[in-house]
Order: sequence, then structure tokens, then C-alpha cells
Amino acid sequence: MTDLALHPGLVLIVGALALPWLRGAVRSAAIIALPLLALVLVWQLADGVMWQAQFLDYTLTPLQGDKLSRLFATIFALMAVGGGLFALSQKSRIEVPAAYVYAGSAIGVALAGDLVTLFVFWELMMVGSTVVLWSRGNAQSYKASLRYLMIHLLGGVVLFAGITGHAVQTGSVEFTRMALDSPAHWLILIGFLVNAGAPPLSAWLPDAYPEASWSGTVFLSAFTTKAAVYALIRGFPGTELLIWVGLFMVFYGIVYALLENDMRRILAYSIVNQVGFMVVGIGIGTEMALNGAAAHAFAHIIYKALLLMSAGSVLLITNRRKCSELGGLFHSMPLTTLCGTIGALSISAFPLTSGFVSKSLVTQAAVDGHMLAVWLLLTAASAGVFLHAGIKFPWFVFFQKDSGLRPAEPPASMRWAMIFFSVLCIGLGIWYEPLYALLPYAVDYTPYTGAHVLTQLQLLLFSGLAFFIMLRYLKRTLTITLDSDWVWRRLLPALLVPLARLTTATLAALRHGAQRAAASLLSLVHRHHGPQGRIAGTWPTGGMALWVLVLLLGYLLLYYV
Amino acid sequence: MNDDQTHWLDEPRHVKLLWRAFLGVLALTVVAELFVPLHPHFEIESWFAFAAWYGFGTCVLMIVAAKALALLLKRRDTYYTDREQRHD
Repeated sequence: MTDLALHPGLVLIVGALALPWLRGAVRSAAIIALPLLALVLVWQLADGVMWQAQFLDYTLTPLQGDKLSRLFATIFALMAVGGGLFALSQKSRIEVPAAYVYAGSAIGVALAGDLVTLFVFWELMMVGSTVVLWSRGNAQSYKASLRYLMIHLLGGVVLFAGITGHAVQTGSVEFTRMALDSPAHWLILIGFLVNAGAPPLSAWLPDAYPEASWSGTVFLSAFTTKAAVYALIRGFPGTELLIWVGLFMVFYGIVYALLENDMRRILAYSIVNQVGFMVVGIGIGTEMALNGAAAHAFAHIIYKALLLMSAGSVLLITNRRKCSELGGLFHSMPLTTLCGTIGALSISAFPLTSGFVSKSLVTQAAVDGHMLAVWLLLTAASAGVFLHAGIKFPWFVFFQKDSGLRPAEPPASMRWAMIFFSVLCIGLGIWYEPLYALLPYAVDYTPYTGAHVLTQLQLLLFSGLAFFIMLRYLKRTLTITLDSDWVWRRLLPALLVPLARLTTATLAALRHGAQRAAASLLSLVHRHHGPQGRIAGTWPTGGMALWVLVLLLGYLLLYYV
Repeated sequence: MNDDQTHWLDEPRHVKLLWRAFLGVLALTVVAELFVPLHPHFEIESWFAFAAWYGFGTCVLMIVAAKALALLLKRRDTYYTDREQRHD
């Protein structure tokens, strides 16, 4: 330990473990104060190594600081503040503590200087998020959490194998940039991508996140995927493969969200879509692109949480989650409608919102690299974001037909959380310099030029026109769209259930046979050694003498041979 | 909010008004292109109202693609839960 710096992540985790025992106002105060304390501690961190220790033959750096680490740790702590405020009226006593363990671990990932520490916090994130899912307390969320856990355990094993291989080959566990030159590095990349929601396992995200409680999904949306984005920025910048992985995620998210009826699953698909933009930026790998990926992660956490807060409010008050059962809520929930719409405009990168100043960096990086195809696809995807999240979500939830529902606005703590994040969305869109100053590299870019604002408005508004013209093709139906989770929810069980039956039947037959063999052996023993058995009976002395005589005769006979 | 009264937005003529305003803004963004220097980087960007028709066209394409995928992969939303309940 070279300094007495406190670890912001550990402070949040340890504090979270005390939360379940607090009650009333003390609990509320602690929920707000804990992540604020973590935030202050993040800003106290200087550049360079803070904690260092020797473990086996390796040098561990559990706490280090630089601009990239601080940026992600800052947004994770800020997210915990907003999420905690939103969840103040949550009845479950374990959800917020679990979410804080989850958030603290995400901060731990962002501040880890070595792969071992990263892995420990990575897995702790999985534990925290799974408990957040469990705290919903119904059968559906429990089953979803098991599927979630299964995928993340798999991802964790792959990551651990990669880290082990890397440590053996290089003799160091320092977390630095890696090239795809060995199986170990491929495994690390795959481990990171599983958590980022990349194909082919991306279905874990829209499968699990919408099953959490009204406040749980807000927390879940923020940490796992963005911690993976952070890890990719540090570990694999400029890996060209990531451009194509990211583009796939972008369009996968749009297409599936367009077909989805569950309001929070729409937003879950759009997480994959947005992380796709970041992954493309990491793949491009220039300073501009990496700045873009980092800035977009920062902005995304805020507006996605805001969108899910508005959806969570609707869920809590109406107890409905399907677009086909909602609509017309603007009548009685004007504030929720307004905040949800601000989130929707931000995700669509409307001028004057946070998405506009962050996503532009990624698209500009594609322009600077003269990547026409990538740029065309990113531009189409930007239009698609407005389509699937920017209009579809608010339109079907708050407007469209009048469902006749007149729910009240949510409790004050939830309203203030939404206002807080709405202000951040607009504030970052207007005063973007502080965000740009936090980015890992110096920014030489002005988002607000006449040309950029005008083309963005054209793009988005004409996408809006397409939405309303095609509206009858977008009408929500009571359907889901099969995704890769079909493989582990249907195909594998379909293959494994007969196999399991066969195994069970074989085992039963074997057990039965063994029992019969044992029984007949027992009766044989019983016959010979039992009370009536020949061997167990008392033998007469005469018989004994006779046998001794036989033995002696045999001995005599052998003596002469 | 006035819970039982009809909202301003509930009246069809107001919706029609909004539509006209929307179309007006759309036209405005295209016309504005004549007055704002655009600095296109790629050649395709210099085509007239590129962002407008590209945004519209790709959105229609994405909706069509989604509908095509739905033909193959759409299921009732009880697809998974029905089976699970039978197993329970």
C-alpha cells in the first residue's frame, strides 16, 4: 500500500452490507449518502497506483487511478445515487443493498489495475445483480435469474481461463492493452463480450433485465454492460473485429425492439443497441473514437436509467408491462411522460441532449477514418434508435390510443430521481465541456455546428415520419420474438430431457439389478451362515476328529511322495 | 391535471394541427439546407437532403426487415411460460 486512499468501491460494498439493518430516515439518508461518499472518494483519486500487493508471484494493483478509470467510476457512483433515490420507496430490504454491492463492484472493476482484482470484482458484480433479480421475489424472476447466472458463470469461467493463460504466458497480471495473438487473449475478449451483450449470447440481457422489480431494472441497466465497455476500451482498443460485432449489436437491438411488446424489454434491447455504438467506437480505436465510446457510456447510463425509471413508474402504478395494454398515460402522469420523453430524445441523440454530444464523437471517428460503410451503417442505426426507442417507447406507453387508465404520478422520491436525471440529460447536452474534459484523451471537436445540427434534425425527423407512416405495421401484438435464449430454454432442454430420462431409467435399472443381486447374495449368505445355516451350526467333536484324521493322513501321504 | 375532462391532445383537430406543424418543420429542415453550409465529407453526403431521405429510407427498410424476421421468429408471448407451467 503506497497511500492511505480509501477504495470507493469497497466503501460502497461494505456500507451496503450494513443497509439491511437500518430503518426509516436513517436508511434513506444512508442510501443517498453512501454513493455520494463513493463519488467524493473517486474524485480524490490521483493518477497512478494507490494500492499494491504481492500475491503468489504476481503484483496486484487493486486500486489505481487515471482519467478513463475515474470517468467510469464517477458515472457508476452517480448512477448509484440516482438509482438509490429512485428506489427509496422499494419495499424489498435487500434490493438496494444488493444493487450497491453491484455498483461498488463495478467501481472496483473500473479502478482495478490488474486482471485478478478485475476478475474478483467482475464476479462480485454477477452476485450483486443476481440478488437484485431475486429480490423481486416471484417465480418468473427467479427462473430468469438462474438463466442469467448460468450465462454469466460461463462467461466468468471463460474470462478466468483467459486471465490464467495470460498470466502464465506473460508472467504479469497487469491490465494493459492486449492483442488477439493468443488463445488466452481471445478468451479474455470473449469473457468481456459476454457481459457487453454481444452475440451470440446477447439474449441473456433482454431475458433477465425486464424481470427485475420496477427499481431493480434501473440498476441492472447500468453496470454490467458498461463495465464490459470499460474493460474493452482498456484491453482491446482498435480491434477491428469489434467494429463488426458492434454493428451487429446495433441492428439486432433495433430489429428486436421494433417487434417487442413489453415496454422494459424494448429498452433492454436498446441497451444492446447502444452498447453496440460503443463497441464500434472501441473497434475503430482512434482517440476520437475511444473518447466517443467512453462519453457515450457515460451519457447512456443516465438516459437509459431515466427511460427505465419512467417505465418502472408506470409498472409500479399500473402493474402492467405490455404496450398493448398501455397508452394515454400522459393524461394523468404528465411528469413521468415528460421525463420519459427527455430520456427518449437523449437516446436518439437529439440536439441539446446528452446523446447528441456523445454519439457524434463515434460517428465523427468513422468519418475521420474515411470508413464510408461503417459511417452509413451508424447513421442508419442512429435513425433506427429514434424509431425503436425515441418514438416507439413513449408513443406506445404514454400516447397512442387511450387505454382509459388514469394512474397517479409515482411517489416523490421517484419523481425527484427522474427530474435529477432529466436535468443531467439536458445539462450535458448543453454544457458538454465538463464531460469532454473528463474523457481519456483531449477533445478537439465541436458538436454544435449548423451542418451537424441540421443533418441530425433531418435524419431524426424523417425517421419520425417513417414511424408514423408505417404505424400500422408497428402495432403491438401479444407476441415475443425468438432469440438465442431459445437454445438454452428450448433446444438444450429438448435434447437434455430425453438424455436425462434415459440416464434416470438406466440408473434405476442398474440400481434395481444391483438390489436383486445383493438380495440374492444376502439370502445365500443367510442360508449358509444364518441360524439354520450349515456353516454357522455347531459342529460335533466327532466330526472335528474325523477332519483332523483326514488332514493327518494327507500329511503322511505327502511326506512319502 | 384535469382527470375526467378531455385533454387538448384528445381532439382530432388538434392532432391534425400537430401533423401539419410536423410536416412544416420537416419541410423547413430540408429548405434550410440551402442556407446552411454542410461540409460533406463523403460524396454521398452532398446529394440533396441526404440525411432526410436516407433516414426515412433506412427506417422503412428496418421495419420491413423486422417484419420479415417476425414471419420466422414470432411466437405467442406465452410461448415459454406455457411449457414451464406444464413442467411444474
